[in-house]
Amino acid sequence: MQFSEQWLRSLVNPPLDSEALGHLLTMAGLEVEESASVAPPFTGVVVARIVEAEKHPNADKLKLCKVDAGQGELLQIVCGAPNAAVGMKVPCAVVGAKLPGFEIKAAKLRGVESFGMLCSARELGLSEDHAGLMDLPADAPIGTSLRDYLALDDTLFTIKLTPNRSDCLSLLGVGREVAALTGQALSAPLVVTIPATIDDRRAIVLDAPAACPRYCGRIVRGVDAKAPTPDWMKQRLQRSGIRSISALVDITNYVMLELGQPLHAFDNARLSGAIHVRYPREGEQVLLLNEQTVTPAADTLLIADEARALALAGIMGGEDSGITLDTTDMFLESAFFAPDAIAGRARSYGFVSDASHRFERGVDFELAASAIERATQLILEICGGAAGPVVEAVSKEHLPARKPVRLRPARARRLLGIRPDDAEIEKLLNGVHLGVHREGEDLLVVPPSFRFDIEIEEDLIEEIARLYGYDNIPAVPPQGGLAMLDRSESGRSAWDVRHLLAGRDYQEVVNYAFVEEAWERDFCANETPIRLANPIASQMSVMRSSLIPGLAGNLVANRKRQLNRVRVFEIGRCFERKADGEPVAGFHQPVRVAGLAAGPALPEQWGAPTRNVDFYDVKGDVEALFAPRALKFEPVSEPALHPGRAAAVLLDGRRIGVVGELHPVWVQRYDLGTAPVVFELDMDGVLLADLPAYAEISRQPAVTRDLALVVEQALPVARVIDVLKESAPAIVKAVELFDVYHGKGIDPGKKSLAFRVLMQDTQRTLEDAEVDAAVTAIVRHAETVLGARLRG
Amino acid sequence: MDKLDQLVQQAAAEFAAAADGAQLEQAKARFLGKTGVLTEQLKGLGKLAPEERRAAGAEINRAKDAIEAALEARRNALREAVLLAQLAAEALDVTLPGRGTSVGGLHPVSRTLERIEGLFRSIGFVVADGPEIETDWHNFTALNTPENHPARSMHDTFYLEGNDEVLLRTHTSPVQVRAMLDHAARHAGAEHMPELRIIAPGRVYRVDSDATHSPMFHQVEGLWVGENVSFADLKGVIADFLRKFFETEDLQVRFRPSFFPFTEPSAEIDVAFMSGALKGRWLEIAGCGMVHPNVLRFGGIDPERYTGFAFGMGPDRLTMLRYGVNDLRLFFEGDLRFLSQFR
Repeated sequence: MQFSEQWLRSLVNPPLDSEALGHLLTMAGLEVEESASVAPPFTGVVVARIVEAEKHPNADKLKLCKVDAGQGELLQIVCGAPNAAVGMKVPCAVVGAKLPGFEIKAAKLRGVESFGMLCSARELGLSEDHAGLMDLPADAPIGTSLRDYLALDDTLFTIKLTPNRSDCLSLLGVGREVAALTGQALSAPLVVTIPATIDDRRAIVLDAPAACPRYCGRIVRGVDAKAPTPDWMKQRLQRSGIRSISALVDITNYVMLELGQPLHAFDNARLSGAIHVRYPREGEQVLLLNEQTVTPAADTLLIADEARALALAGIMGGEDSGITLDTTDMFLESAFFAPDAIAGRARSYGFVSDASHRFERGVDFELAASAIERATQLILEICGGAAGPVVEAVSKEHLPARKPVRLRPARARRLLGIRPDDAEIEKLLNGVHLGVHREGEDLLVVPPSFRFDIEIEEDLIEEIARLYGYDNIPAVPPQGGLAMLDRSESGRSAWDVRHLLAGRDYQEVVNYAFVEEAWERDFCANETPIRLANPIASQMSVMRSSLIPGLAGNLVANRKRQLNRVRVFEIGRCFERKADGEPVAGFHQPVRVAGLAAGPALPEQWGAPTRNVDFYDVKGDVEALFAPRALKFEPVSEPALHPGRAAAVLLDGRRIGVVGELHPVWVQRYDLGTAPVVFELDMDGVLLADLPAYAEISRQPAVTRDLALVVEQALPVARVIDVLKESAPAIVKAVELFDVYHGKGIDPGKKSLAFRVLMQDTQRTLEDAEVDAAVTAIVRHAETVLGARLRG
Repeated sequence: MDKLDQLVQQAAAEFAAAADGAQLEQAKARFLGKTGVLTEQLKGLGKLAPEERRAAGAEINRAKDAIEAALEARRNALREAVLLAQLAAEALDVTLPGRGTSVGGLHPVSRTLERIEGLFRSIGFVVADGPEIETDWHNFTALNTPENHPARSMHDTFYLEGNDEVLLRTHTSPVQVRAMLDHAARHAGAEHMPELRIIAPGRVYRVDSDATHSPMFHQVEGLWVGENVSFADLKGVIADFLRKFFETEDLQVRFRPSFFPFTEPSAEIDVAFMSGALKGRWLEIAGCGMVHPNVLRFGGIDPERYTGFAFGMGPDRLTMLRYGVNDLRLFFEGDLRFLSQFR
């Protein structure tokens, strides 16, 4: 909410400067988001009248003016404004005036003396208007300081109100708060009862009394809808961010700002019969003031007459029942609509209004009658006319109850960690019009009709904290039992994983969890992704089921920045449909870690040959991530990956992810350059770790034998090693592959695998014969099972 | 015996003149070899009278020792010279860059989250986690924000197509509810429920995008529930955290009344640095408050017996302040030129 400081000070005027007043509001929970001076600092500018305006003798575009600035004699001023004309009232900066950026001195302009400057609004920093001189009203008093005349020594406060403080959506509400916090007296706007001078009245029927328990209406006949809005009102509205429209509309807005009661003015001639506050009938439509036609939902309250629906109650009036500049007879509405009956409705039609904003948060339900009197008073003053009696329809049992709320002062002290005594608490609450009665050790507190946020004890405790001052609550180092936290060693944290990957030259990224639909279709063959109902952009419209496309996107973006060596990883959630998903049914939301490496395997350097990263580099990174746990890898077919260069990653027989080169089709389609290698793993597998266990170290010498086996090219090495190990006697401790060869000397279609076999016994030195026998056994078995041949 | 001394001097001079091991061995033969000068001297002893022989023998042996010492010294010197020459030949340009791979790094916000976890862990907070596709009930209802509550308009929520019951969580606060339900169930029936102290870092989502808002961002939720947890404790924990996080006492912390449906009283936490580029400006970094009794009840905890505080802070903002980053969007663009600055 935006308002003028001077308007607020007309209600309560504490001895604080603007800054201190702003701080007071902020620290009371009415956060001052912005405070801006109405005008920049300037001096020496007065209201003046142009008495003569002739052409400058030496310049076509300049005028030579004689100006009455209230200084006794006329001032001669040279002026270039096209609109300078005799009789016009304008701001005049006299000699010695200080304007934003410069000072006015007597000067010669094209050979003619000039004693001052006539100003445009922009030259004074009041607006961007520099089409010509600022045209002041004809009745502006000559010689008066412009700052005083336009009340420019004012500050615009914009406060950001939390939804619980609807009572502060008016000057009266803010004033009440300031008065309570500073102990200053509040001079509330004087509301006088305007007696009826005519008998005209319109019946009011509350068809939905729970939603609208109070409705006041009044007919005012013979108003001049074309009467000008007084400047003081225009100015206050303008400084509250509301545009002046016409006197009658301005008055309703003014009273809403002043007291907090939204009003609506109907053209009485356009109404027929009694006013009904009711829910819509099937198919009913309303053309709103904003020219939008809505078919109100069944739970949207309407204002209707006996012929038709007129307006959305508490939200917006109708286009064809409201006042116009031709209106002479009006019907004024001042009602209370229950917050529940208004909340969310305007938004469902795609807008909010000042009225709905207030009603859905809560408007003082005792305010309707005085607001209608205040509006009538202003209407009669400004537009004339004769007022009928106020007709009030009320359903008392449906008005909000203000039940006493029990406060245990001891609980307040315990919850807040402060020590005010009961009397002090009582005084704080009384200060904001909360009615306090003692009952034993407790206080019974009755909130006023303008507070909608006091229902339970905590609401009062909050009020105490606010009034006591958050700054005055001590900051205490908390006390707690010093029990140690669990710290398991058979598991590790995501931080360990991050540091491991960073240590292997991967940079962590954070990508959006919503991605473009094509990524899901291409990389994941996901034709039915989880779609957002309200994405902010089409390329962020579906939830990702894999981290890999996002990493590919990072590669694309960095390649555009001429970075060709890209190594990135992300740890984040993926999203899949799963009927029995935990903890939210319908969705599986695993945390995964994925990495991508593209471009040179090493940063460019003098000491190592340049080659691009390949499958085995990244596989090595994956293995290192799990070491010393051993993984298994099996060929796999995945839409994202090259079918011949992709493996499923298995941990203890369970598939926990994939590693592989990106499919060449996507490499080309997404312009990824050389084929990147990626991996993606479920974090719950990655986070497992074994507690190290000691195995006895043999003191006996180890014996190694190398052997080379020729096998079919297509035979996976993992299979060969498995076979070698399954036939090996107990003395064989390790079988390590140290070379793979195909080419000269090996038949096409075959490959030679060189293994080092390590043998050892914990108790004794091995004999040559048993070593030879072990190797022979291994080779024989490989020959039989795999058709392997010992290479000569 | 001057002759012997001369001999020693002559030997030393010849050893010194030897340029390498071979020349040195030749010189040695001239003095100590079978036909060497000194050997000849010893052979001459037999011609002397027995009483002279002993004294002369001693003199000759002394000269022999001296020559052998000179020989050894020269041998060592030559060996050392060879070694030095070899070392000089093997010298490298140690200013050439080292070989091998470089290192990657953590995302700047991860660095912040790791610090936050560490600091809170040091006073007994454990990390809790929750889903990002969350139920409407956990995200709003259980946090005392019923449908049509005006506070729901403060969150611009992402919903999923064809399912009104779920949404992308707008804050990490639903983890509070899950943690409380879990804690209460674990200690159901116990006479004394232990304190619950958690922090829940994670990603959250709102329909918003500009230089200071991202549709996805991070939050860290904190929750402490116990028998005597007060607002003063909340202030103490937060102020301590901020000073430790920024590693400075040169910091003002302000608690400003605010409103959240799930806490009461509620506060926004502002910090102002007393030096540096941001000196004197109040910067909003977190929301907090005492857990609303309805939320405790939804979490299965008796609000009469237990009280608690909760806070939700923005680690993205903390990261920006800590490292001087001025555009939130940089965190989510994957630009290696930016990210590699935080190694």
